[in-house]
Amino acid sequence: MTDIAASPVLRSPAASAALEWIARRAEGFVIPVGALIVGMALFSMFIALLGKSPLQLYDLMWRGGFGSWFSIQNTLSRAAPLLLAALCVALPARLGLVVIGGEGAIVLGGVAAAAMAVAISGAPSAVGIVLMALAGMLAGGIWIGAVGALRHYRAVNETISSLLMAYIAIALMNHLVEGPLRDPASLNKPSTPLIDPAFVVGPIPGMDVHWGLVVGIVACVMSWVLIEKTRWGFAARIAGGNVRAAQVQGLAVGPLIVGFCALAGAFAGLAGMLEVAAVQGNANGSLAAGYGYSGILVAFLARHNPLAIIPVAILLGGIEASGGLLQRRMDLPDATVQVLQGMIFIVILFSETLYGRFRMFNPDLWKRDV
Amino acid sequence: MTNRFMISRRQLLKTSAAGAALGIASSALPFRSAFAAGVTVGFIYVGPKDDYGYNQAHAEGAAMLKGMDGVTVVEEENVPETVDVQKTMESMISLDGASLVFPTSFGYFDPHMLAMAAKFPEVQFRHCGGMWTEGKHPTNTGSYFGYIGQGQYLNGIAAGHATKTKKIGFVAAKPIPQVLLNINSFLLGARSVDPSITCQVIFTGEWSLAVKEAEATNALIDQGVDVVTCHVDSPKVVVETAAGRGAFICGYHANQSPLAPEKYLTGAEWNWANVYKMYVEKLVAGEALPNFTRGGLADGFVKMSPLGPAVPDAGRAQFEATLAEIMKGGFSVIKGPLKNNKGDVVAADGQAFAETAIELESMDYLVEGVVGSTS
Repeated sequence: MTDIAASPVLRSPAASAALEWIARRAEGFVIPVGALIVGMALFSMFIALLGKSPLQLYDLMWRGGFGSWFSIQNTLSRAAPLLLAALCVALPARLGLVVIGGEGAIVLGGVAAAAMAVAISGAPSAVGIVLMALAGMLAGGIWIGAVGALRHYRAVNETISSLLMAYIAIALMNHLVEGPLRDPASLNKPSTPLIDPAFVVGPIPGMDVHWGLVVGIVACVMSWVLIEKTRWGFAARIAGGNVRAAQVQGLAVGPLIVGFCALAGAFAGLAGMLEVAAVQGNANGSLAAGYGYSGILVAFLARHNPLAIIPVAILLGGIEASGGLLQRRMDLPDATVQVLQGMIFIVILFSETLYGRFRMFNPDLWKRDV
Repeated sequence: MTNRFMISRRQLLKTSAAGAALGIASSALPFRSAFAAGVTVGFIYVGPKDDYGYNQAHAEGAAMLKGMDGVTVVEEENVPETVDVQKTMESMISLDGASLVFPTSFGYFDPHMLAMAAKFPEVQFRHCGGMWTEGKHPTNTGSYFGYIGQGQYLNGIAAGHATKTKKIGFVAAKPIPQVLLNINSFLLGARSVDPSITCQVIFTGEWSLAVKEAEATNALIDQGVDVVTCHVDSPKVVVETAAGRGAFICGYHANQSPLAPEKYLTGAEWNWANVYKMYVEKLVAGEALPNFTRGGLADGFVKMSPLGPAVPDAGRAQFEATLAEIMKGGFSVIKGPLKNNKGDVVAADGQAFAETAIELESMDYLVEGVVGSTS
């Protein structure tokens, strides 16, 4: 202690407490951002090898993703479905489950919402939208809830089962959209009938982005509160850390797993409902647009922290929004953006090994051997 | 400048709050000036531009425009039929200054292209495959498509002469009218050679699903099929799988003969260059663009791949004679007496549907001789 008191920089206890507080939290921010920069730098080399200018590339990515009001709206539109899709991965992940079949819950949520819209056509706007949302959430919740139940009660690997169930869900959607629920007038693109115009979810006032963005952000914040501030979240984190320990403590691990999976699926189902109510206007094959799979990337980059999902989804939305400009201005193939996403993903996964290795992020080590 | 570059104070505040540089007008202007001269035309594809199929056919048409004076072509591939395609159209219009946009996938039409057409009434939109209807759809939109069924009929003639087992096969994406007409035309072409020929069809359920397309092709050949064609977005997998198993191939969408030169008989190809040139020439000349455009082999919307070495002389003669007949116009593939494969009459004796017949655009049956079901 005398060393610190004698050091030339005198700090009040409050200032050093603040410094420690910042240091402890900075790690979770500095490492991913550093990994992002390294990933982009690696990608620059890749672009240079193709004989294109990395500077022009990043200039275009900035302009296409964030550089104007149009670009920002473009980015946010693409980020909106990723928020809910990422929650479908992040929530079970806190229980130690790797669920990668959110796509299935999205398409079934969309179909259920469209079917509900047909059934209650003519109802008041708010009633219709709420019932559509509930139908979508119920369908998605049952689908991923079943993955959790299979995991806990029948020991079926949730990664495999959720992925395979996504294929079943897409086949089921195709069957319903091309068969029982098909609008006979939809000849060359089988679809359900258009939803009642009163049920259409419109744009947020003042911008060309639908309300799904707000819904997604609210869902992320609620999920963070659930995990970090409630006893269910606490129990889930314990079960995620060590199932046996949780069981010894008398926690109801089964209902926790099924419940978290069902909630995760409900969020994905809600994403499907929003695709129907805000974008497509009916359920059709385009519901399987791959949002469920992009959500995996977002959740892993956010380290399954629901609050971190928000900036990561926006970042990824921006990368995708600028992808078109890269194709048009630099004559790069669409796969370029996928290469960039892949590089960032791998570098971030590698960066997981760096946590706890830096003195500056660990105030407990500061005092030890000065 | 239209009001899309005018911003309210609230929007400007939001823009600045999000960390963007001063206002949008200044950042948007350099983009537009890059394409100031002439016209800019945007093309949007649902898959890769080099898929040996649907998207390549459009990209080849777009490539023909690049040589035209004062015409700038901007392209984007792998654009899903979601809000993504709306933003792509908007980006082409706002950032590249496109005054004519071709969203080439069927699913881009409703609601995506219609939404953008309402937002940008001064921009022209022409969509591939849709049914533009006067009074129902905006006047700055339109649709174009080709009668490619007669190309599949010619494919069937080549197949009918090449098959030894009298079994031919069709790998199809979805049981929708455009696909059903192709399947029926393929079988009827083969039956014009030998009425005992049957055609086995397998639906994969998706426009682009390589694994299932390979499985379907193998399953067909396992059942004794020795000539295969398809209607999926990218015929590459079907062509290579079939050729690898020693079967003959009839192509679709684009020319796939480079993938299997010995086994490729012929193919029904799109000839979009003609259509795109027509639109762009009218645009440059300041004329109104047609809203509803259709054409077949005789109109230069569709063409046939050159006959391959495996087609026998008799097949060549019948192929050329039928092609000449089609080029005269008024040729009907679907004509009575004709039953579907459940035994119901779909065309009475003496009844004929020319390629322009509107009934064909809602086809929901497979004709007698096709082994398979629409549901």
